Amino acid sequence: MHTRKHILVIGGGVAGMESAIHLCDMGYEVTLIEKQDQLGGHVLKWDFLFPDHRPAYEITNELCPAVEEKATIKLQTEVKNIVRQNGHFEVALSDGEKLTADALLVATGFDLFDAHKKEEYGYGIYDNVITAAELEERFQNKIPIRTAAGKKPARVGFVHCVGSRDEKVGNEYCSKVCCVTAVKQAMRVRESLPGCEVFCFYMDLRMFGRYFEDLYREAQEKWGVQFIRGRLSEAAEDIDQRIIVKLEDTLAGRPLRMAVDLLVLLTGFVPSEGTRRMATMLNLPLGNDRFIKPSDEHLRRNLTPVPGVFVTGASAGPRSISESISDARAAALEIAAWFNNSSQHAI
Amino acid sequence: MINWQFTLHPDHTINLDTNDRTLARLLEEKEPTSRICMACGSCGGTCTAAQFEPVSFRHILLMVRRGETESVRSELTKCMYCGKCTLVCPRGVNTRHILALLRTMLIN
Amino acid sequence: MGFDLFVIPFTAGLAFLLVWFLYKTVEWLSHLNRVDRTMLRRGVISSKTVRSVKEVILESLLHRKIFRTNPLLGYMHMSLAFGWFLLIVAGNVEAMIFKPATIHPPYYPIFFRFFEPEAAGFPGAKAFEFIMDFLLVFILSGVALALFKRIRSRALGMKKTTRLLWYDRLALYSLWCIFPFRLLAESITSGIYQTGGIVTGSLGNILAGLIPLQSFEYPAWWAYSLALGLFFVALPFSRYMHIPTEVVLIFLRNYGIHTRNSYSSYSEIEVYSCSRCGICIDPCPMSEAAGIQNIQSVYMIRNIRYKTPDEEVNDNCLMCGRCNIACPVGIVTTDLRAIARNERHLSGNLHLTIPATSSPHHDVIYFAGCMGQLTPAVTQSMETILQQAGEDYLFLDKEESICCGRPLALAGRIAEAKQLMEINRDKILSSGARTLVTSCPICYKVFREDYHLPINVMHHTQYLHRLLMQGRIRLRSQNISLAYHDPCELGRGSGIYEEPRQILRLAGNLLPTASEKEKSICCGGSLGNTVLNQKKRHAITEYSLESLTINNPDTIVTSCPLCKKTFAQRSDRPVLDIAEVVKSAIFRDKDNIRIRENYQIPAEEFSS
Repeated sequence: MHTRKHILVIGGGVAGMESAIHLCDMGYEVTLIEKQDQLGGHVLKWDFLFPDHRPAYEITNELCPAVEEKATIKLQTEVKNIVRQNGHFEVALSDGEKLTADALLVATGFDLFDAHKKEEYGYGIYDNVITAAELEERFQNKIPIRTAAGKKPARVGFVHCVGSRDEKVGNEYCSKVCCVTAVKQAMRVRESLPGCEVFCFYMDLRMFGRYFEDLYREAQEKWGVQFIRGRLSEAAEDIDQRIIVKLEDTLAGRPLRMAVDLLVLLTGFVPSEGTRRMATMLNLPLGNDRFIKPSDEHLRRNLTPVPGVFVTGASAGPRSISESISDARAAALEIAAWFNNSSQHAI
Repeated sequence: MINWQFTLHPDHTINLDTNDRTLARLLEEKEPTSRICMACGSCGGTCTAAQFEPVSFRHILLMVRRGETESVRSELTKCMYCGKCTLVCPRGVNTRHILALLRTMLIN
Repeated sequence: MGFDLFVIPFTAGLAFLLVWFLYKTVEWLSHLNRVDRTMLRRGVISSKTVRSVKEVILESLLHRKIFRTNPLLGYMHMSLAFGWFLLIVAGNVEAMIFKPATIHPPYYPIFFRFFEPEAAGFPGAKAFEFIMDFLLVFILSGVALALFKRIRSRALGMKKTTRLLWYDRLALYSLWCIFPFRLLAESITSGIYQTGGIVTGSLGNILAGLIPLQSFEYPAWWAYSLALGLFFVALPFSRYMHIPTEVVLIFLRNYGIHTRNSYSSYSEIEVYSCSRCGICIDPCPMSEAAGIQNIQSVYMIRNIRYKTPDEEVNDNCLMCGRCNIACPVGIVTTDLRAIARNERHLSGNLHLTIPATSSPHHDVIYFAGCMGQLTPAVTQSMETILQQAGEDYLFLDKEESICCGRPLALAGRIAEAKQLMEINRDKILSSGARTLVTSCPICYKVFREDYHLPINVMHHTQYLHRLLMQGRIRLRSQNISLAYHDPCELGRGSGIYEEPRQILRLAGNLLPTASEKEKSICCGGSLGNTVLNQKKRHAITEYSLESLTINNPDTIVTSCPLCKKTFAQRSDRPVLDIAEVVKSAIFRDKDNIRIRENYQIPAEEFSS
């Protein structure tokens, strides 16, 4: 290697950071740009992680300093324009800087589904309907779980699949991590509010990961979380600002109606604004779910059909943190392999 | 009457070997979305009629697809066609069409 | 006064047509029900008759409405109808002037040139020669356009034209033949006698050089008479029955008669008045956006007329009423379709036991409708506004509710709809309220038209408008651009166009859309169609959104919960109900209670 290859990693969440670290370790020159003023992405907003309840900051505490030490970090920076020239990418950044990269790694991730779009669930209309992200923020900031009126909730409901598996909002896919997140949060609510009844309203419980099933069992066994199989049809508000939920208990085969003091919506993943922009800018193919589609879903999960452009993390579909981290390492290897192949061809 | 010490009662099992599922197949032909229900119950939960009487689109469709046609006959004449089930269905099942077809095929 | 054998086809055909039509008219009128007959009696000796005569001239002869659809298409219809009419009138006048004080047999003015080839010297003979030729050319230009339209419908502003039945073809071809044959016959006669106007005279001279005119004269007149006779005989069985029937329709409609919940004499007149012009095909959103071109009203009505019911045609319609507006004859096609759907459900019975409840006394009843339960932003806004206005109201369907019945009626289950209507009616009346406000245009239409409620029924657009006019609420204009969608049942269905627009002009900057008011395009969510799948519905939704966003508004506003939910699924920008707009624009006095403002969604949140 006569000159060090330069890789631009776009997005400073766990996937971007992990890839950057490994690419640096392999001897590449890496610039990582992040539009926020801090590295970490969504993980910064999580209090603790499934399935083992470890604090989320442990992840960022390890990744952030490592990447800061090894790579060039540019915060509050976005890509303005990319031009492909003689096998290089001429990239214009939002701060006016122009840089040349030999490869691009798209790690722009996801956004959470905007719960306003499910009007029948009353988010933004009823004060006691919140999202799982908002609940997590309360956990993180040690704010006690209270209703809008400041009362201790006697009943909390979790609604699975909000904005996922729903053709009415145009998202037909499963967001994968909401089920286990609901279980994780339900347990925490029960833990912090003894005596509070917790209900999960689900269509299917997709406990796909290792230990997830244990979590499900523990939620029932130890914490008494109740699982009701039925997708929420609608929510209303009573005069005490309690949320009346309506659904069919499909296992009992009868309509079910109950009041909860707090309703938590497990909003799913949508491609982030950055992911959509990168896909448009680089002309990357998208799957039906509008996330970036890699060249091969089994063998080339980080490669895109555009030479020199790679993808990792949740820009290529809903993923958990641990999956994103593994995927980020795979992306680093994929990039290295691509450089090796192309340099051989060059000789 | 002689007491034989046992009674004959209809089998409680859904027997897919013997059940006649012609209606379900006919339904699939006329309305292909009858295949894609995932039994989430959104329809039954929002149903305007279900608050008064036992009726659930999910149940109707499931039973027809299992060949248990007789058990849904009474549910079909309770639908008000208000369309809420169509509006909430996350799979885009054409619920009103299915109900209308079944009603025409089974009743009038 | 002449007679010749060749007049027989014409005379017999005309006689047949007159007898047939007279018989039909008597049959229709005698089968009118009691209410309609009373309306007819009252209407005959009123200004309505004068209005009808005027409409007959404007529509049946001049085809004003078709002119508005497309000038060339209008000209085509006008040249045939009005031109032919003038030709008959002028021919009769000519005959009368030529031989006054004689009663002419009907064929005499028609074949005037044959019988009086050398007619001249009477007052205005030259002028008549010119006028008759001019009218003939006028009509022939229409025939030429009609031929052209069959080959290339797009040239006349129609993307799709109707498919024909064989009776229609027979009538159509004989109609096409009539005027060329007349031209030929008159020209030959003119050529023989060296008379005729500019056209027939010169053509006659040209023909004289080409063929032995003498031997062709007689066959030409025979052909002309045969074409006329054939047309008259085919007419009652073809779509051309619309020509005489439309006149009856115009009179009855002006007397206030319309199609109700069952197939009446008037419905049949509507069916026979359909000219199958096919103007209803292009405005149909199903045709334009979903590519479905076999279910339009023209085909539905044809099925009724020829008694070939087709459930698929009947059911696969949004009932949006866009064709009603487009129909140059003014047939209310959606009513006919609802009846056609009802045919197979006459004995329907809804087996739903609903506990009878009575309502506590309040001044105003607010009825959100079924869909309202899925749009809490709308109902909550309405409640806030009702409280702000200090109204003593009851939210009637906040908890338990049943459907208004219109979806059942639209599905052709009118008897079952009536069962629901009875229950709701009792519930509404038991509260003693003087005003019923509903958020749902579907409910509004049925409450207003079929419930026969002795109280004031209002859609919330009207109610909000009234509150504003009375000064009970005030709005502060916001710096936001809005596009308003007219829901089918509220706009075309109930004629409410101005109230929402006046409200929105107070609340923000109202932008025009591509198809407004009566031309508004269905959102695609219509309950009128039980058949259409989601994919095609989405196509219609996007087609409608395209029209709404032509001026790039910040927000789309509608006044129907179903439209709102349907658009919200596909829209790239916020879709609000007019009640939400009013709520967020409401001007609050200092001492008033603070209104929660928690549904102000920044536009960028909708971009994902």
